Amino acid sequence: MTTIAATLKEPEAAAVPAGRSRERATTPKSGAELLLDALEEQGVDVIFGYPGGAVLPIYDALYKRDTIRHVLVRHEQGAVHAAEGYARSTGKVGVVLVTSGPGATNAVTGLADALLDSIPVVCLTGQVARPLIGTDAFQECDTVGITRSCTKYNYLVSSSQKLSSTIHEAFHIARNGRPGPVVVDIPKDVQFEEAVYTARAEARNRNCIVKPDIDDRRITQAVDLMRHARRPILYTGGGVINSGRAASAALRALARETGFPVTSTLMGLGAFPASDPQWLGMLGMHGSFESNSAMHGCDLMIAVGARFDDRVTGRLDAFSPGSKKIHIDIDASSINKNVRVDLGVVGDCGEILEAILEEWRRRNSREEYDFTRTRDWRGQINGWRSKKSFNYRRSETAIKPQYAIERLFALTKNRDVYVTTEVGQHQMWAAQHFHFDEPNRLMTSGGLGTMGYGLPAAIGVQAAHPDALVIDIAGDASVQMTMQEMSTAVQHNLPVKIFILNNAYLGMVRQWQELLHGGRYSQSYSESLPDFVKLAEAYGAVGLRAETPAELDAKILEMIEVDKPVLFDCVVTKEENVFPMIPSGAAHNEMLFGGHDVTGDEISEEGKALV
Amino acid sequence: MTTETLSRSVYPVTSAQGAESESVLAAIVDNEPGVLARVVGLISARGYNIESLTVAEIDFEKHTSRITIVTRGTPAKIEQIKQQLGRLVPVRRVIDVTAEADALERELALVKVVGNGDERIESMRLAQIFRARPIDTTRESFVFEITGARDKINAFIDLMRPLGLTEISRTGVLSIRRGAESD
Repeated sequence: MTTIAATLKEPEAAAVPAGRSRERATTPKSGAELLLDALEEQGVDVIFGYPGGAVLPIYDALYKRDTIRHVLVRHEQGAVHAAEGYARSTGKVGVVLVTSGPGATNAVTGLADALLDSIPVVCLTGQVARPLIGTDAFQECDTVGITRSCTKYNYLVSSSQKLSSTIHEAFHIARNGRPGPVVVDIPKDVQFEEAVYTARAEARNRNCIVKPDIDDRRITQAVDLMRHARRPILYTGGGVINSGRAASAALRALARETGFPVTSTLMGLGAFPASDPQWLGMLGMHGSFESNSAMHGCDLMIAVGARFDDRVTGRLDAFSPGSKKIHIDIDASSINKNVRVDLGVVGDCGEILEAILEEWRRRNSREEYDFTRTRDWRGQINGWRSKKSFNYRRSETAIKPQYAIERLFALTKNRDVYVTTEVGQHQMWAAQHFHFDEPNRLMTSGGLGTMGYGLPAAIGVQAAHPDALVIDIAGDASVQMTMQEMSTAVQHNLPVKIFILNNAYLGMVRQWQELLHGGRYSQSYSESLPDFVKLAEAYGAVGLRAETPAELDAKILEMIEVDKPVLFDCVVTKEENVFPMIPSGAAHNEMLFGGHDVTGDEISEEGKALV
Repeated sequence: MTTETLSRSVYPVTSAQGAESESVLAAIVDNEPGVLARVVGLISARGYNIESLTVAEIDFEKHTSRITIVTRGTPAKIEQIKQQLGRLVPVRRVIDVTAEADALERELALVKVVGNGDERIESMRLAQIFRARPIDTTRESFVFEITGARDKINAFIDLMRPLGLTEISRTGVLSIRRGAESD
């Protein structure tokens, strides 16, 4: 069995003077101090949080130190999303600190989001003092009970002796294996109680979070299948990004040496460069025609760190009917969960891609791979590509949302840019028209689909990358769910750019109502939207508005130049739909395209019951 | 209408692969607060069946408990349940008692029978055949203690039903591997 020390992905040794760590180990200190010592040793440089009664001792200890920066959010959900943004853009663990009761319950949406997208987050929650637990005390809630099903693991710390060890274990669990959120619930009297510090090296680590050894036989089988395939495809997901930059590098090398085409889920965008000729674009419900057609027609599918989500597969009984499937994933429960595969390989996808690449080269040195095997396939894919399925009808007078994203991409291309999104139509347009060449550059809520994710996530990204250009591609409805975080951005000088595609609708809801419910737009129109420009000014930020294609470029450049948070109100056409689209209950080869006359019966009766 | 046609998952699920069968799973877990809630919560959240569940600490030194679960499902479903259980942080390992280990299964039941005359005599006679022990007696009732595989207990209960059976209490299934090897 692999040892624990060997499984640690990022040692993150903190730069703490030796004298100080010795002092840590011997003198008894309050729980609050022990907590901060443990965070320092874990390399934490920023915490996203909100104070309250049950965490006051921790905030008091924080007041005396300058090693950890605290970003004060305006709502605890925002704190978790900010920590997610921080984690996804850096590959490190994001840290949240909130109080008991409502502090913890407000964090739940963020935790569920981090669980579904496998984002490493440690969320510290205050709890009422131990003697009060179970008495319905003020601001008491059963935090471990409430968060049990929306975290990878959670703790109620029963004494300060266990506190520092628990924190180390929480970080270990959050970042190793399939990453995820961990809650540590700390009663207020534990924060006062004195104990001796336990160093990271001495802390207990759960032995269940181990990287499984790579099964060489399966690697050989995989390469056998790959060498014989005539219509292969690499289908990659967020696991490649979670596995670190080495995994992206291995994926790129493997694609280059095999010539296999690559598609990716929303979560995996950037692991493979969008500018590469082998790139097919995103797949799934709003994916490109070429990627979905290739998924449907392939004879070998290599799924890497992706989980056959329903947004990707469409109708399961018609999903890629003629293919052999290889599934590489760190989570054994993902294999055969939704789709039966022929070869499951459990392990870190970066290491497995490297092993496959090595085996591929070894076999090639004995017998040269015959690239003509896939020649017809490449030709077929080029045929699909020529359909240009992301195309839309252009307009001279009004800003099309797709055009706005295209211009945003073109004008920010050569900068150090990070993008977050909210959830809805704008998110899909961002995935279609903003192209990512590097991993960790797109932060979006894929699994849970949390509206309001993007603004606080952008704050987290900006806190981690102060000099980068951080843009939240937002919708007018989503952005209002966490709008209060503008205040956070202003207070902490985090110059995030909130680029709102404003169509005055809950766009994706409206699109589904058009396609499924005969155009009865029940409650999907936003009357009395705020004036986003004035709103920005009210927050002390900068407000900009673009209403015509002619002024768009200049306004975007102005937004980039401003060294302050910006709310950009980009007024777009109201009734644009996201195409192409695989309707609910349909298969990959039954796509709808733009410019198509919508009749209201695109979706079967059966499909209407589905989401 | 069967539950199959009523269930509306996100997308039409491919028709069940293989027939449903019963399976006994054992999970060795860290004995810590909330571990049972995690296991039970997982099973209910993912819509798995649960027919019986027993849990007790088995190693005081190592602080471990053994949870034995009897569940039903297609082979693919059982495999998913095993993998999902194995993913829980405090679960050290999951043993598919039915498939992997040549295992012994035992259950204990307490059975109350109320009656007079011939029925009372008959219940005592059957109890002897089943090696069920009367552990409480009044003039018109017995409480029998019976140990054995589930089939044996079910058979005993079926026989007692016409003889005045009024109440049953069962422990749920326990399991252990045969032979010198341990799990």
